[in-house]
Amino acid sequence: MDKNKTGQHISHQFNIELNEIRNRVLEMGGLVEQQINNAIKSLVEGDTNLANAVIQRDMKVNAAEVAIDEECSQILARRQPAASDLRLVVAVIKTITDLERIGDQAERIARMGIRLAEQERPKNGYHELQNLGEHVARMMHDTLDAFARTDIEAALRVAKEDLSLDQEYDGIMRQSLTFMMEDPRMITRMLDVMWIARAIERIGDHAKNIGEYIIYLVKGKNVRHTSLEDMEQELQD
Amino acid sequence: MENTLTQNIITDTTNKLSDEKECLKVNNLNLHYGDKQALFDINLSIPEKRVSAFIGPSGCGKSTLLRCFNRMNDLVDNCHIDGSIELNGENIFAKGVDVANLRQKIGMVFQKPNPFPKSVYENVAYGLRLQGESNRRKMDEVVEKSLKGAALWDEVKDRLHDSALGLSGGQQQRLVIARAIAIEPEVLLLDEPASALDPISTLKIEELIHELKQNYTIVIVTHNMQQAARVSDYTAFLYMGKLIEFDNTNQIFTNPSTKQTEDYITGRYG
Repeated sequence: MDKNKTGQHISHQFNIELNEIRNRVLEMGGLVEQQINNAIKSLVEGDTNLANAVIQRDMKVNAAEVAIDEECSQILARRQPAASDLRLVVAVIKTITDLERIGDQAERIARMGIRLAEQERPKNGYHELQNLGEHVARMMHDTLDAFARTDIEAALRVAKEDLSLDQEYDGIMRQSLTFMMEDPRMITRMLDVMWIARAIERIGDHAKNIGEYIIYLVKGKNVRHTSLEDMEQELQD
Repeated sequence: MENTLTQNIITDTTNKLSDEKECLKVNNLNLHYGDKQALFDINLSIPEKRVSAFIGPSGCGKSTLLRCFNRMNDLVDNCHIDGSIELNGENIFAKGVDVANLRQKIGMVFQKPNPFPKSVYENVAYGLRLQGESNRRKMDEVVEKSLKGAALWDEVKDRLHDSALGLSGGQQQRLVIARAIAIEPEVLLLDEPASALDPISTLKIEELIHELKQNYTIVIVTHNMQQAARVSDYTAFLYMGKLIEFDNTNQIFTNPSTKQTEDYITGRYG
């Protein structure tokens, strides 16, 4: 399914509706991406105003999910889409669920950022969380790009990237444990660091899910819960 | 519990044509009306006790193909057919095939219900009488069974001897189906059976089709794609006299193999 094909229906109104939900997803994705960036920034810089802004804006993300969901239900009821149109609507419904959850994780990061801002800051200024956060933000950007261009190669790259994100996350967990063992006074702060790292890692999982929906949209194949090798194989068929 | 979770809700999602028992087989069928070729090299096999739907734009040949199955095209002047259609392995175009006999095995129902201007009872009993059946009790039995089979019995049991023309369109169509199944055919051909009916009667017919496939092989031509998606196990897409794709209905409606099928079922410019 290439992206221009939504514009070829005999029903002009149907074209408009499908393009509309596609654009709305990208808009919602842009908002979520911004939420991730701001959440990480507020954490690293100890900026509680920015963190509060992130928490406030999560309502917008939630509202976007509900609105797009509603739009998809209407298209299903009124148009009975088939084949690639059906897959588009199904992929959109799933994608916005993951986007909304990414939004929740960003909010969570912002909330913990506020708590950490009240405490003494470590010498490295949460450098490792900044790196992990930037990594996931890039992944998110690529995912939305892949969605916009319905690019399955890019979607596969996102899935691969999630592996390296997971490794980075494991590194932070090990490091935090070491700190905790060396100095028990660090335990409280390190637990917060671990929770934040966990939230970022979850965002990576959601981005990977969206990549899988893109593959479903284009190829009509379900690649969820399969290994990367199997996924690559499916794309070649 | 775990087993039921992963079972398919729609039972035929993974059924393959190649696993089905074959009922009708079309081999290299070419059909001309005079100089004009209407069907080109059709090859397909219709699985037994399943619903197969033919879809495609007007003039694509789907009705023509359907009518080949019980040799309705014999009645058309200038119609010339090459190739063969086998019913359980026997060519229906072979010399010596009795057409009346063939049509007992392959019944047909048309777009507009066409009951005879007789009573409900006589409509259903007509085929039996033609076969020479005269035992009244046997006749009563078959009429009741057929009307029940066509999900019409409860609505007409108190007016069996009233004129069939007094029934509603949807009831008439089910009466015609009862008439077709009274002589126990193997195959039922349905040519747009619901396109002249209101939505509720349409659903009743669709429900009936679902019931009938327990005992009969059904081939249905429909312009209503959602109807094909709802009632059929397999769907064939025809375009300009050619068979483009014939596959599991779920496959056709979620992920068709050819771009032409995709464009047609999603309503895009061909």
